[in-house]
Amino acid sequence: MSKAATFERGIHPQYNKDLASGKSIAVASLPKRIVVPLSQHIGAPAQADVSIGDEVKTGQVIGTTTGFVSSPVHSSVSGKVIAIADFPTPGGRNVTSIVIESDEKDEAVDYKETPDYMNLGADDFRNMIKDAGIVGLGGAAFPTNVKLSPPKEKKIDTVLINGAECEPYLTADHRMMVERAADVVEGLKILMKTLDVSEGYIGIEENKPDAIEAMKSASSGESNIEVHALEIKYPQGAEKMLIKAIKGKEVPTKGLPMDVGVVVQNVGTALAIYEAVRYGKPLIERVVTITGNGVKEPANMMIRIGTLFSDVIDQCGGLVEGAVKVISGGPMMGFAQWTLDVPVIKGTSGILVLSEKEYVSADDYSACIRCGSCLDVCPMGLNPSQLSILSEKGFYDETKDYNLFDCFECGSCAFVCPAKRPMVQFMRLAKSQVKP
Amino acid sequence: MATQAKSHELIVSVSPHVRGKETVERIMWTVNLSLLPAVIMSIYYFGPRAAYVTGLCIVSSVLFEHLYWRFLDRKTTAGDGSAFLTGLLLGMNLPPSVPFYIPLIGSLVAIIITKLLFGGLGYNVFNPALIGRAFLLISFPKLMTIWSEPTAKFIAMDAKTTATPLGLLKEEGLTHLMEVFGSKTELYQGLLWGNTAGSLGETSAIALLIGAAILFIKRYITWHTPFSFIATVGVLAWAFGGDQGLFTGDPLIHILSGGLILGAFFMATDYVTCPTVRKGQIIFGIGCGAITMLIRLKGGFPEGVMFAILLMNCFAPLIDRSIKPKMFGAVKETKEQAK
Repeated sequence: MSKAATFERGIHPQYNKDLASGKSIAVASLPKRIVVPLSQHIGAPAQADVSIGDEVKTGQVIGTTTGFVSSPVHSSVSGKVIAIADFPTPGGRNVTSIVIESDEKDEAVDYKETPDYMNLGADDFRNMIKDAGIVGLGGAAFPTNVKLSPPKEKKIDTVLINGAECEPYLTADHRMMVERAADVVEGLKILMKTLDVSEGYIGIEENKPDAIEAMKSASSGESNIEVHALEIKYPQGAEKMLIKAIKGKEVPTKGLPMDVGVVVQNVGTALAIYEAVRYGKPLIERVVTITGNGVKEPANMMIRIGTLFSDVIDQCGGLVEGAVKVISGGPMMGFAQWTLDVPVIKGTSGILVLSEKEYVSADDYSACIRCGSCLDVCPMGLNPSQLSILSEKGFYDETKDYNLFDCFECGSCAFVCPAKRPMVQFMRLAKSQVKP
Repeated sequence: MATQAKSHELIVSVSPHVRGKETVERIMWTVNLSLLPAVIMSIYYFGPRAAYVTGLCIVSSVLFEHLYWRFLDRKTTAGDGSAFLTGLLLGMNLPPSVPFYIPLIGSLVAIIITKLLFGGLGYNVFNPALIGRAFLLISFPKLMTIWSEPTAKFIAMDAKTTATPLGLLKEEGLTHLMEVFGSKTELYQGLLWGNTAGSLGETSAIALLIGAAILFIKRYITWHTPFSFIATVGVLAWAFGGDQGLFTGDPLIHILSGGLILGAFFMATDYVTCPTVRKGQIIFGIGCGAITMLIRLKGGFPEGVMFAILLMNCFAPLIDRSIKPKMFGAVKETKEQAK
């Protein structure tokens, strides 16, 4: 058995990472038109700072923050604002978005470079990260500067960089670690200085030996940064599971990583932080994995925020005959799309196109036979069987006795369920009916 | 923004978008298959009658399930292997000599009343095969306690009747039981291979253990229920089952005879009617073992596995409500928080 660090329970889905893991990050062509939602993050939506007809430059702020937990948005091309209206987003909701037609010149605002950035102070870092519109790029899109401003009574001693990338198919973080290892380490150092901590870790699943190698050599000069190989197991990249694997600590129920003195950041976030601090570059592009057997040429691409999925897929050779499902994110927690006219946003880690061969119908399910498989895999140690039955029958209040709100919807229970029950949907239904 | 991609119809459904290969059907048919060694042994020892009785149970169970759903104009679940399993287990729990209507009545009670009227697979409170058998035992006490001697002659149709090892143990005591078999070793051998009187599928411990091993390898069952069940029986048999006072009993005789191996590995582990939480399954198993020994040593029946499992079935929901799995990040509630 593997001796790599891990957490209890979890599942082993087919990873299918070979489709894209060998593809170097390619730069996507400049989009002709971008759709930038004002809310791409958790927290208050940004407020439009431009009007229809305005000329904007690449990197210009077009939406400003409206609260502490909020994030500005920037234009990722130069051109003209042609619409501000509600548009579909990968999360499923329609969100007020700014549509910009590119003038194809890609004229950028002046970015403020800081070659000696390590001399800056924690507050400078926080402001730069906030102004750059950086949010968690792993998918949750929580404003990063907020995560870096823990209340005083929470003593933070550790920063973890999440390179687990446990979602099947996705390889964006993998490629970033292989190709931009040094920059990711710089990002981690900035994070450590911002939080004034002495311990930095990078956790990577063992199925990425080249990434582990690259990160190890990039951090070899840093005595307080360690690279940890993690067992290949889903959901190894969930914050709480990662902390358990590397630090051996369990984040208390209803608590946050900061309760055990840890802040977790995704690989892509660390890279964006480095670019924001060193080069003054706002978050206007990100690495996205386009993969699955439903797309002709799987790839890892640096894509401008706001580029439509349809544009991206066209650049990957288009869909194959019999492509049936397009997912924003990975197959375990991603969202199926009804239209390809949704933009790549800050939290878009992947565009996964499933072919008929890979597609599993979720239409039919039967009663829970109480086999207990879900209890054996739930990373949170919940009783998904019981929760699903209570939710199915409408006993929503009782679900709280079974710690409903500790479920983070990783889908492990649904994956193993022999009755093919829509477990995640039952959890969401119950969560929508009761208060935490 | 025109793209070839737009011409496709996209399917939208909730995550996860990939699923494991396990299905209810696959589990049920694997369990059926794992009982095959025991079925073969029952045919070997009790002749074609074993195949006849078991087959009748299976056919009638599947048929009742199918007709029920047809009658309600719903999709039939007769092919999912679970009605087959109920029939198979019922057959394995019957004496070899029962007349043809016994399997039919048993199947009717098991499938229609115990399983389908409660809502079908997943909703039944009691193990269907065991309710079927309990109903038969109470309604036809005589027919259900005529035990044929195993002949191991494939053609012998009218075998002599005899008593089961547990029956002998209860009525005549251990010394007599050993006299019947010759020696303790021969008694153990008989129990292991199945060369003893008893219900069709319960006598051959070895065949049943092979099947149980398959279920363990496939991870369809875990040690919690069967081992706590058997260990409890063993300890109680050792402590209270002897003729010469406390701690003189022979645990192996109690473990290998009667329906314990069949019950512990294949019936107490029934997903629907036992607790789902592993810790709860240990309590469930201990309860089954304690009631079994209470009936065997103090009750009116020589065998108690069936009633023990059925009684513990009642407690399964309660156990599941009271025993929660150890949660990730569980915080010990301090006295102050409790206030």
